Amino acid sequence: MSKTYYDPADLKKFGKISEWNEELGTKFFDYYNKVFEEGTLTEREKSLIALAVAHTIQCPYCIDAYTGDGLQRGITKEEMMEALHVAAAIRGGASLVHGVQMMNKVNKLEM
Amino acid sequence: MIKSLHKRKSELANTSKQLEILSNGIFANGELPKFKDKIEEPLRPKALEILQINLGYMCNQACAHCHVDAGPDRKEIMTKETMQLCLEVIKKTSAHTLDFTGGAPEMNPNFRWFVEQASRAGITDFIVRSNLTIILANKKYYDLPEFFKKHNIHVISSMPHWTRGKTDKQRGDGVFDKSIKALQELNAVGYGIPNSPLKLDLVFNPSGAFLPANQNALEKDFKKALLEDFNIHFNNLFAITNLPISRFLDYLIASENYEDYMHALVEAYNPSTLSNLMCTNTISVSWDGWLYDCDFNQMLNLKLAGKVKHIKEFNEELLQNRNIVISQHCYGCTAGAGSSCQGSVT
Repeated sequence: MSKTYYDPADLKKFGKISEWNEELGTKFFDYYNKVFEEGTLTEREKSLIALAVAHTIQCPYCIDAYTGDGLQRGITKEEMMEALHVAAAIRGGASLVHGVQMMNKVNKLEM
Repeated sequence: MIKSLHKRKSELANTSKQLEILSNGIFANGELPKFKDKIEEPLRPKALEILQINLGYMCNQACAHCHVDAGPDRKEIMTKETMQLCLEVIKKTSAHTLDFTGGAPEMNPNFRWFVEQASRAGITDFIVRSNLTIILANKKYYDLPEFFKKHNIHVISSMPHWTRGKTDKQRGDGVFDKSIKALQELNAVGYGIPNSPLKLDLVFNPSGAFLPANQNALEKDFKKALLEDFNIHFNNLFAITNLPISRFLDYLIASENYEDYMHALVEAYNPSTLSNLMCTNTISVSWDGWLYDCDFNQMLNLKLAGKVKHIKEFNEELLQNRNIVISQHCYGCTAGAGSSCQGSVT
């Protein structure tokens, strides 16, 4: 085993996942590639969503991949950072909105 | 404004040093295959269509990625005598397009004379690779849009992004605002306007150590942004990969991106680009008349293989029998959808 759990070189080996289950691997990558094609949303918009989600799930491979993808598409660092703040706001908001549960409990129990 | 590698006396100003870097290290230890092994068969020319003439390395800009190492401190410029030699060739060649590049080709004092003479010699298909800002650099250039229009010159101009920050970082402070003004002036005389015969294309070079995305998608983004923000029209966007030579090579090495970038180029190698590479239908002529398979080979001083080396020896039949000179920088033109002075090749 390597000394760290994540190796940047492993990103390029993603496709090898299919080697141990070709049917499901192929279905996954077909789906993945289809998802990122231009549809109602542009490829550029999808790349920004992917970048934000990558940070939300804290996937270093995805952050690496979609930062590079964004640069290739001419996405600016300002746009990238705004997308991250959307992710951070939702993630932070998800914690904070549970405060209502805390408040409910406190209000129920306290005299 | 940055100084050229030549002015800085950088070791990369020596083309032998660049070729040494491109042949050693990861390409000598077997980590990556050399381009000649990748393509399997030698690259051969098709019918000659374009003479790309470099009128000099002098430029009013000094872009961070410039493969020519052009700038105000470069004094190499094509003389009228060499232009005369080119005109003799133009009269007898099957090439139908003259593609003027530099530096800033308009800064050559004989640029207009050359265009007019070539026009008289029967050339109707002209390309000028204009950096845009030259149009505003001095009053003697203010009428360039009208001159371009008079000769129906196809204008191709670099524009790395539709925002000021990315553009100025690559091309120099203030370049974005001047480029926008120049594009508006070109639009005003009819360039790039829908249904106008006057063609205005833009060139996108990535502003860093990464490859360009899909050319069509980028074109849509550029068109939308430039129209909405500045009411600018243009025809096509060409996405061009930065080749690892000259100032871009200097940047790759200094930023410790060289090896990763070469890996990216090799991994993106696309054999279907080979039949449409620009070196297969173009001859590049340097300011002093030497002949090359492309502008990049010119900047690496990789002269044509075979007997014909200089414009005064031009012989189209002999030229057709040569092999194209290659090195590892050629991976830049074969990556992804391919790259040429006319953008993607597939």
